Amino acid sequence: MTKPLLSIRDLRVSFVSDRTHKDVLHGVSLSVERGKVLALVGESGSGKSVTGLTTMGLLPRQATVTGGSIRFRGEEITGHVPRSLRGAGIAMVFQNPRAALNPTRRIRDQLSDVIRAHGKVDRAGLQARLTELMHQVSITDATRCLNAYPHQLSGGLCQRIVIAMAVACSPDLIIADEPTTGLDVLTQKAAMDLLLRLTRERDMGMILVTHDLGMAAQYSDDVAVMRHGKIVERGTPEALFRSPRNDYTRQLVAACPTATSLLEAPEATVARQAAEPVPLLEVRSMVKEYQNGFRAVDDVSFVIRPGECLGLIGESGSGKSTISRLVSRLVDPEGGEILFNGTPISTIPAEAFYRASQRRQIQFVFQDAAGSLNPRYTAYRSIVDPLLRMGPVPDGEALRALVVRTACSVGLSEEMLERYPHQMSGGQCARVGIARAIIVSPDLLILDEPTAALDVLVQAEVLALLERLRRERGMSYLFVSHDLHVVRMLCDRAIILRRGRIVEAGRCDDIFRAPQSDYTASLLEAIPHFSPGASV
Amino acid sequence: MSTEKPLFPPLLRRIGLRLGAALPALFCVILFTFIMMRVLPGDPAVYFASGPNAGQAEIQELRHRMGLDAPMLVQFLHYLENLATGDLGRSLTTGQSVAQDMHDRLPASLELTLTALAFSLLISLPLGLTSAWWSGSIYDQCVRAFCSACFCIPPFVSGILLVYVFYYWLGVAPDPTGRINIFLPQPPRVSGLLLIDSALAGDWTAWHEAAGQLVLPALTMALFVIAPLTRMTRAAVISVLGADYIRTARAMGLPTWRIMIVYTLRNALMPVLTTVGIVFSTMMGANVLVEKIFSWPGVASYALDALVSSDYAPVQGFILLMACLFILVNLVIDLLLGVLDPRVSVE
Repeated sequence: MTKPLLSIRDLRVSFVSDRTHKDVLHGVSLSVERGKVLALVGESGSGKSVTGLTTMGLLPRQATVTGGSIRFRGEEITGHVPRSLRGAGIAMVFQNPRAALNPTRRIRDQLSDVIRAHGKVDRAGLQARLTELMHQVSITDATRCLNAYPHQLSGGLCQRIVIAMAVACSPDLIIADEPTTGLDVLTQKAAMDLLLRLTRERDMGMILVTHDLGMAAQYSDDVAVMRHGKIVERGTPEALFRSPRNDYTRQLVAACPTATSLLEAPEATVARQAAEPVPLLEVRSMVKEYQNGFRAVDDVSFVIRPGECLGLIGESGSGKSTISRLVSRLVDPEGGEILFNGTPISTIPAEAFYRASQRRQIQFVFQDAAGSLNPRYTAYRSIVDPLLRMGPVPDGEALRALVVRTACSVGLSEEMLERYPHQMSGGQCARVGIARAIIVSPDLLILDEPTAALDVLVQAEVLALLERLRRERGMSYLFVSHDLHVVRMLCDRAIILRRGRIVEAGRCDDIFRAPQSDYTASLLEAIPHFSPGASV
Repeated sequence: MSTEKPLFPPLLRRIGLRLGAALPALFCVILFTFIMMRVLPGDPAVYFASGPNAGQAEIQELRHRMGLDAPMLVQFLHYLENLATGDLGRSLTTGQSVAQDMHDRLPASLELTLTALAFSLLISLPLGLTSAWWSGSIYDQCVRAFCSACFCIPPFVSGILLVYVFYYWLGVAPDPTGRINIFLPQPPRVSGLLLIDSALAGDWTAWHEAAGQLVLPALTMALFVIAPLTRMTRAAVISVLGADYIRTARAMGLPTWRIMIVYTLRNALMPVLTTVGIVFSTMMGANVLVEKIFSWPGVASYALDALVSSDYAPVQGFILLMACLFILVNLVIDLLLGVLDPRVSVE
């Protein structure tokens, strides 16, 4: 009935270089109305960010609009967005808020730059605008924030500043491109609630670009699922996630970790040797203190039994990565004990641990799958490397056969072994990282957010792989994550960390059903959720 | 007290620490130049003796007076003691103390190098910024070619070419001899830099004269360092242009000039400044050719002359001076980096 604020019809965008010509958008059509939120959902490379950037007129130089039209408030803006419109008509909120702010300029000056770019204001008027903006984005100590540089503020505060910048010149449309990537669950909830409130209050339209279906479901009025530069399905969140019509949407919904989802073949839990009383790893009152006196890990104790998976949950700065480094003996603790198979290993200094016999028994899978592989090593070389260093090395053909067998068990075909990291997808790199860790047959695998950088579908595959490997090989896992659903799916027991201390520990089922501490409850509460098929 | 002035004490402490850390390096330089003086052929006592027909006894007597017959360690301690009192030895060619010569000549070299640096920055920063902004364009290619040309032509060729064109052919430049017309009254010495001294004295004729003499040698030196500075600026600007905050600035509709200067160039300055430190030190030491061509009374040509006539005290003094300058310049650059980038902590 009402005229849409933004309407995109049959938009086509190509990336053109000297030789190649790649279409990234094949006729995308959508519209946004005032006061409404449209979520663009899809995996990386599906074209959802390109759609946002094209609307802003911020496409990289090699990209061109080859067809279609974008109309904003009835005005044709395809291919040329006037500067006066950027910021004042359409504004954008980016992911990774700290990087989105100029590191060498005070917040006050950056906000003033935006305000002054769209109209003359005197000193008093500017100050009034700044105070008002700070108030709107619920920043209480406005003076400190305004005078700070971005690196002095937390990620959550930076995102509030970016949002303040976006609404500074009263735009009619906000494009939020993965606005909460890199933020903790609680911060994410605060930022999204803020964006939604501003959209409703100011009667703006919002395009929410995200790969998180839960977030799309919770915060949008309308969802469009994108794949390979096309919109494959659109509808209200309830309809779309409850009864997806498109196959791809169905896959996505199924792969998304929720409060009830399980990994395949859960009947094999018999493999867990719960009867064996001797713990594989025992950590007693471990303390890690940094030089500036900051206690990253403060009196933490836990055990991991053979064949068990322990989840380590916490926000950034809670000390979970430090614990994983301490246990894998990459850094030295300041106090406490680490026992592995009953032997104290915390007495061996970290720089000498590579020579210890326990090195091959404790292995690590890193967060950034592609970044943790040597870019000049083929997959084969990466996988074989730990074996060559720690031995025993089978000779000739047997070595090759072992690598191929290990690669096969993580789902990598033999021809993949000759590829370099840049020739592989994120999921394939993650598999190489896992193969590299398990080739020396470790007893304990430390997984530091191994799926954080992966798309939902790939994440589901990798999680299933980890579960299968654990059952087949009887390994124990220390699984570090900030994603509570993923931990619940994979782990038997979990520890919730906050500021270096254990807030809650226990069986996953118990923690998730009836959290004992308020903090855990607030974490659970903050996860964006949708319940396909289920009644809530 | 430290709570009242939070910035100052840590800053002073940092300067102190840096200078302290430089002491071993300085000691090595002193030791090296001392040993060099002993190893190189030639006996200072013979040079100091009254004439070529001085007898063996007289030379022996001189050697004793100069302490050259003492053991090496004693001589070294003696040398250190002299250094501590500011005594760098005596130049045989000028007949003055080396400290006095340095004091007279260092400002000339400094003035030349600083002016050249200012010229090269004035040229390189805009060139680097614009060629990065339009990278890959014809303009960018032209800048690249210009830089290569500047870097390929050695200073003694470009210096002579400049003299030929601007002095001999066009006649717009003054004759390339020295810092100032010797018939003009010199401004009273305050800093030793003629441009500053004459400005302080209000003597604008002298200022114009000195500036005119300075342009060609400074330009010659500047040409040589335009290439590294421009390329560095271009690379730094390109990496900054890819940053998220530039995209944010564009998305917020900031004016292009503001994105260019305040958001891009400002953030690209850090690596450029580090390069400036290196370039400056190189220029100070390597400007001997320029000083020779333009008869510039600087320290580099002084040291070269001394070296040629086997007069070692000035050479030692020169090396020591360069080492000190190098350390000071790097300290200043470090402090400037701290000012430019709020993320660099004061500690």
